[in-house]
Amino acid sequence: MSETNFVIEMKGITKEFGTFKANDNINLQLKKGEIHALLGENGAGKSTLMNILSGLLEPTSGKILIDGKEVTINSPGMANKLGIGMVHQHFMLVKKFTVTENIILGSEPNKAGVLDQKTAQQSIKELSEKYGLLVNPASKIESISVGMEQRVEILKTLYRGAEILIFDEPTAVLTPQEINELMQIMKALTNEGKSIILITHKLDEIKEVADRCTVIRRGKSIDTVNVSTTSQQELADMMVGRSVSFKTEKKEAYPKEVVLSVENIVVKEGRGLEAVKSLSLEVRAGEILGIAGIDGNGQSELIQAITGLTKTESGKIKLNGKEIQNNTPRNITENGLGHIPEDRHKYGLILPMSLEENIAIQTYYKKPLSNKGFLNPKEIKEYAKKLIEEFDVRTQSETVPASALSGGNQQKAIIAREIDRNPSLLIAAQPTRGLDVGAIEYIHKRLIEQRDNGKAVLLMSFELDEILNVSDRIAVMYEGNIVAIVEPKETTQQELGLLMAGSSLEKARAAVEKELGKEPTHVE
Amino acid sequence: MNNKSKLDNILVPVFSVILGLLLGALIMLVFGYNPVAGYQAMVQGAFGSSFYIGETLRQATPLIFTALGFSVAYTAGFFNIGVAGQALLGWLFSVWFALSFPEIPGIILLFISLIVGALAGALWAGIAGFLRAYFNTSEVIVTIMLNYTALYTANYLIRNVLSESSDTTARIPEGASLRWAWLSDLTSNSTLHGGIFLALIMAVVVWIFMKKTTAGFEIRAVGLNPFASKYAGMSTKRNIIISMLISGSLAGLGGAMEGMGTFQNIFVQGGIPSIGFDGIAVALLGLGNPVGILFSALLFGALKIGGNSMPLVADVPTEVVDIVIASIIFFVGANYLIRMVVDKRAKLNKGGVK
Repeated sequence: MSETNFVIEMKGITKEFGTFKANDNINLQLKKGEIHALLGENGAGKSTLMNILSGLLEPTSGKILIDGKEVTINSPGMANKLGIGMVHQHFMLVKKFTVTENIILGSEPNKAGVLDQKTAQQSIKELSEKYGLLVNPASKIESISVGMEQRVEILKTLYRGAEILIFDEPTAVLTPQEINELMQIMKALTNEGKSIILITHKLDEIKEVADRCTVIRRGKSIDTVNVSTTSQQELADMMVGRSVSFKTEKKEAYPKEVVLSVENIVVKEGRGLEAVKSLSLEVRAGEILGIAGIDGNGQSELIQAITGLTKTESGKIKLNGKEIQNNTPRNITENGLGHIPEDRHKYGLILPMSLEENIAIQTYYKKPLSNKGFLNPKEIKEYAKKLIEEFDVRTQSETVPASALSGGNQQKAIIAREIDRNPSLLIAAQPTRGLDVGAIEYIHKRLIEQRDNGKAVLLMSFELDEILNVSDRIAVMYEGNIVAIVEPKETTQQELGLLMAGSSLEKARAAVEKELGKEPTHVE
Repeated sequence: MNNKSKLDNILVPVFSVILGLLLGALIMLVFGYNPVAGYQAMVQGAFGSSFYIGETLRQATPLIFTALGFSVAYTAGFFNIGVAGQALLGWLFSVWFALSFPEIPGIILLFISLIVGALAGALWAGIAGFLRAYFNTSEVIVTIMLNYTALYTANYLIRNVLSESSDTTARIPEGASLRWAWLSDLTSNSTLHGGIFLALIMAVVVWIFMKKTTAGFEIRAVGLNPFASKYAGMSTKRNIIISMLISGSLAGLGGAMEGMGTFQNIFVQGGIPSIGFDGIAVALLGLGNPVGILFSALLFGALKIGGNSMPLVADVPTEVVDIVIASIIFFVGANYLIRMVVDKRAKLNKGGVK
């Protein structure tokens, strides 16, 4: 095999941090014009490898070849020169600047020192037409959608002459439609001869766009496979290192008494508009109620109202028979609520604090973790160690800051903390966002285990797979209200999709039947 | 990794001080003075004899209080610029109380006067805390303005209520004084007073409070992430007010040190007392850590007291001495910059592994 077939070859890359090998003899070969997926769990070493390629880190050993020539990439500027561009997961854009200003930032075209907006606009227009990256160059970043922002990021790398684009978890923040569009863009880019490395742990995306896939596990490259001849199951097993189940196994639900009842509540969002409009629902002991819906239809506000983080304008919320609307979060927690919050970095954890302190954050004021206002560090440590062990939180020790843990392990720590208090109602909002299949499987198991133990579980998620797999009943939210409550067995992705877009249950059923041209799916 | 960041925490302030001293040396050179002689005079003048050591410690005493006060609010996420005003009111009210009740036996009078000083500071800071908690008013602007209110209120009261249009009040009763004879004897008649012990005790108390109590845990949590703290059932409003009250009472005690110890009275102030702003610098240099604060307060005391000897011994004029001190403080403030450099270096070494 001639070496020049590859635009990038990383050979035997090893990166050590102290005694820890983040990358251990990794090999990666990128063909010209291909989409090459880099698959691995959180903490497997994907980011380290890509940071090496983009000049942020230098490898302890190993070689990098670009177009067959060995290179040293010792700075991001160098990577830029070599035609490597990175589309970051967290966009690095100036909100107050226009699209054009953001794209040219740092390499502004000028005429005798005066910014040449015209040339800039022209070249951006050419680029965006060539690759189907539709943006309005004059819009300000703060006024465009997340999907648009990502296009700006892509344009930024193209504007700087990138031939090789690295996409770091690009779909984490996008809606299903935006994801589709991104896939089209990526294909258009490779058609024009660009090469793409796609970092992800979403298997269906890999199946959809990638040509080949390199799997990394615990710092080692496991294999590089052709995507078309490898099944999702095989990919998942390779990534995790054992057989994983996609279908969450669960027994029949036996719902008992009502634990949470929400009656006609109205919740306003930040700008004073009604986000939740006279909504009612019930969750019973021993069942999982899933809340489906497109982001921004009042799900977050509903959960914030139930958990006491936001004010309820009117209506009643009862937990275990007690009215809790507009109570303080602590009061509600003590009434039997466990809450896995939507945004684990903002609400779930205090990142700079140690893991043990984060585990104690809901119970630090109680015995035995404290006594008469004085903390008991020994008990806190014991308690944290116990939960870390029980819930398999992978960490160096309980004293590292929470920020040092991978996303999956951070979430495990939160779940440990919330479940261990034995709440009668567990609210899980987007509990698996950004997590890999191994962690998702784990979290689903824990949620179902709670249900089987006779607890009520309220699951809010934007992922339809998750809703369909885990819930016993599904409430679909649209514009602040529940438009339908369906059972997973009786519904389909298409039907849920239509309900989420605001159509009524009858209409949705009719439309799905029409499309399928057969009897409704629930007839057995 | 943990040990390394701890090392960085010590390295950063040490670096700042060294850079400041270098810049100071450069300035002395530019103006044609001998920096070696200058610094020699400074060290001699700060630690050269028991008298100088006493003076340096005395100078550091109120700074320890104001720095501790600033750091408590800072930990909770608030920038209490008002420590100066709170200290001034603490000073004023402790002296006022001592002057008003001379019949109370000495040690008790001292004790109550100090508490009155602490309360005055706490109330003054509490205004900003209350406004912040309930109306989301910027504590920075409110406390800056309260500094001026405190200054002119104090000056008015000194002239018109505490004295008969004089610039100074009477001396506090002998019994209420913190100047203990044995301390003066030990330090060849320096103005060192018992406040230094109280300062050391308070440093320990603040450390225990912040690290070992549930209330301190809440303040730290709210400061690091108010959203997660609210989610975990802590009241952000209550913690804002509590941290500001504690901050203000420590600042008030710092002021009371001047009244009960250093000066034994209060006089009309030409401007906002420097122990406030110096205290902020001490807290920032000490990285909000009580042990760090003790050391950096000592440094500030040494700069001020040692600086007094520079004109006499090394012929460096007072103005240049002030520039030198200011340049050291400048680098203390620019500590953020140094931290950035250190962090960048650390990041390059550690990488972004998660």
